[in-house]
Amino acid sequence: MHGGGFFYQALIYLAAAVVTVPIAKRLGLGSVLGYLLAGVAIGPFALGLVGAEGQDVLHFAEFGVVLMLFLIGLELEPSRVWHLRGPILGLGGLQVGLTTCVLAAIALGLGVDWRVALAVGVTLALSSTAIVLQTLDEKGLLATRGGQSSFAVLLFQDIAVIPILALMPLLAVPGAGGRGAEPGHDDTWVAGLPGWAETLVVLAAVLVIILAGRFLLQPVFRVIARTGLRELFTATALLLVIATAVLMTKVGVSPALGTFLAGVVLARSEYRHELESDIEPFKGLLLGLFFMAIGAGIDFALIARSPGLVFALTGALIVAKLLVLLVLGRLFKLGFDQTLLFGFSLAQAGEFAFVLLSFAVRYDVVGENLAATLIAVVALTMAATPVLMLLNERLVQPRFGTRERTEREADEIDEQSPVIIAGFGSFGAIVGRLLRANRVTATVLDLDSDRVDLLRKLGLKVFYGDASRHDLLHAAGAGKARLLVLALDRVEKNLELVETAKKHFPQLTILARARSRAEAYELLEAGVEHVFRDKLDSSLRLGVEALRLLGFRAHQAHRAAQTFRSHDEKAVRELATMRHDHTLYLSTARERIEGLEALLRGDLADSGEMRDAGWDPESLRQEYGARKADEPK
Amino acid sequence: MQRILILFAHPAFEKSRVHRRLAAEVERLPGATFHDLYEQYPDFDVDVGREQGLLVEHDLIVLQHPVFWYSVPPLLKQWFDLVLQHGWAYGSEGTALAGKRVLPALSTGGRKEAYRHGGHNRFTLRELLAPIEQTFVLCGMEYLPPFVIHGAHGMGAPEIERHARAYRKLLEALSGGRLDLVAARRLPQIEAPLDDLIRPAGGNDAERSEP
Repeated sequence: MHGGGFFYQALIYLAAAVVTVPIAKRLGLGSVLGYLLAGVAIGPFALGLVGAEGQDVLHFAEFGVVLMLFLIGLELEPSRVWHLRGPILGLGGLQVGLTTCVLAAIALGLGVDWRVALAVGVTLALSSTAIVLQTLDEKGLLATRGGQSSFAVLLFQDIAVIPILALMPLLAVPGAGGRGAEPGHDDTWVAGLPGWAETLVVLAAVLVIILAGRFLLQPVFRVIARTGLRELFTATALLLVIATAVLMTKVGVSPALGTFLAGVVLARSEYRHELESDIEPFKGLLLGLFFMAIGAGIDFALIARSPGLVFALTGALIVAKLLVLLVLGRLFKLGFDQTLLFGFSLAQAGEFAFVLLSFAVRYDVVGENLAATLIAVVALTMAATPVLMLLNERLVQPRFGTRERTEREADEIDEQSPVIIAGFGSFGAIVGRLLRANRVTATVLDLDSDRVDLLRKLGLKVFYGDASRHDLLHAAGAGKARLLVLALDRVEKNLELVETAKKHFPQLTILARARSRAEAYELLEAGVEHVFRDKLDSSLRLGVEALRLLGFRAHQAHRAAQTFRSHDEKAVRELATMRHDHTLYLSTARERIEGLEALLRGDLADSGEMRDAGWDPESLRQEYGARKADEPK
Repeated sequence: MQRILILFAHPAFEKSRVHRRLAAEVERLPGATFHDLYEQYPDFDVDVGREQGLLVEHDLIVLQHPVFWYSVPPLLKQWFDLVLQHGWAYGSEGTALAGKRVLPALSTGGRKEAYRHGGHNRFTLRELLAPIEQTFVLCGMEYLPPFVIHGAHGMGAPEIERHARAYRKLLEALSGGRLDLVAARRLPQIEAPLDDLIRPAGGNDAERSEP
């Protein structure tokens, strides 16, 4: 039934996701639960469309977590990470330490050997980065204090995995005789090195990532960007992440941690938004696959054999972790609702448990039966997380106390630029500088990598990328911005962008530069209200100067230009509606030109359209000139 | 029901405290059109046709502005120059505005005592604004005594609030025909409180017919 090659597999997973996830979303369950249910549905215990190879899929899909950490790193500037050091070390350290103790104590109480109890405790103390971050992100809670605290703890757990892996062999029950080191671990360059050397190698690898991010990647990205091949940029982005992951695995560190670091290093790069939008779909797909593999991997046969035990352990695990987290939340002075969010987010065991348990089995720390039961428990707690968070949101939170969320959200919007400028040539640059001089920050997107580089050297916040891409606009914050300034050099791009923005970000007000009358027509037709012909102002100013040099009074020339401009702007808008009818267009255009000239010559003095008649004494002379000087003017 | 056009002119509205409050009070007054000139014509390019149309559509024109150098802000003067055309607003054939009323609504930085003979400004405010008054009289309109807020520079929030409410009450009374015009015309200027000038709602009140 299963098997049948790559395409068959892809068909099953994709179909399951496409069918289940929208339903779950519609029901308000969130995508994570949708993927998990899809996994259960296609798994060996329901439809049986996928079988044992599910574990390989899980292994492969874990790369999604790596990509996710890279993306999170991209959003965090180094200063923000430094700011989080307190929660990471304090909150994270206490969470892992306390939870390990509590879980080990429970295990001891159940009559397990202390070594096994400790191994199980530390394994289950870790939470699921993938599920927690994806769910928090989807609910928009990542920026809240509870979300940030959860993130800090998860980051600490990622670091803690390294010493825990080293600890496992030491816990091996004496005499049982381990079956030797994990083959995977042998692959690393640090295998067999003494502890201090291992530390040095890891530090060196971290240094390599930081230095490469700072000095090597910028020029590489610039060269790639200059080729103008989008897929090549995507390939480079993936290569970067995979290379970092491989390097980190080779030195025995969690690849997720390595790519997170790489992300942080690149957080201030001009290619940030481009990288984000390139990696994002891969992350999404792989994480979805990951969740489905978890769902498919839940061993319902084992659960059916001893449902009482499995569910009791699952419940006990969640309650124990939740209590520790709630205590810590209060200890670190999180608000009440944020403590609840923090607690319910992290109350599950995570994907690390799968790795650590198989590791523990290999070293005979944990027996195979116990491990199988625990894996089922871990999977159940993971599947329960979205449900628990939903319960917290719908039932627990509304009953208790204050919500911090609204307050924090304003903060978040504060960081967001209200304006996005697409195209930072001479036109866009002047717009940007005027805004900046008035303390309005703008996010700038430009496609010319040389220019981006130059502008960043001048200290401007400019990002490389094709602004007509919806995902990139999204990454630049188009969902929250108010204005979109279109100042691209190419006409088609401007129109493409208008279409994208109107479709995906209807709240944006679009201000567009038109390089010609024809382009102005097209933009007006596309529904842009604020269209600016870039040559109109400068040519009018030149015309005014020409008139002055010919002896006209400055104010007369200035008023003529004002009249010309308002007349012409009206005409463009009128003509835009009739440009497809060639004859009508030409005749109307001719009429408008003649009308304007007559107006400026003063031939229309009686028509009421004469704008400066108030300053023209002609009619007064006619009425009062014959009489004596009792005139009012 | 008198239709009111509020011609508002303030070149630095964002820095104003008094006019921001006054504007907020009357911006959405039923039966009134609030017309912010500096917002409409930042380049002084007044659309004469549009402005004349607005004047024709309303019965009472309120000129709301701060007093700068004993006169109106420059854009309002430009507006006078261009909109009040000979042959339309005045002159033997200019009767478009005849019979309408004008009410200035002014703020001055200086205190009331400064605006008197022998005072710091040597003339009363009414005297200083004679050119404006005559402009509208020439157009055949009735110039009502200005509604004035003196001492705007040193004014605290509660007092601004009091003036803003009085301003709104005044416009409502004018709109509903409840202002005692006979008494008002005898005054050099109108100031808060206005209790003696406004008849209570009811009686022959035009507003009662509204749903």
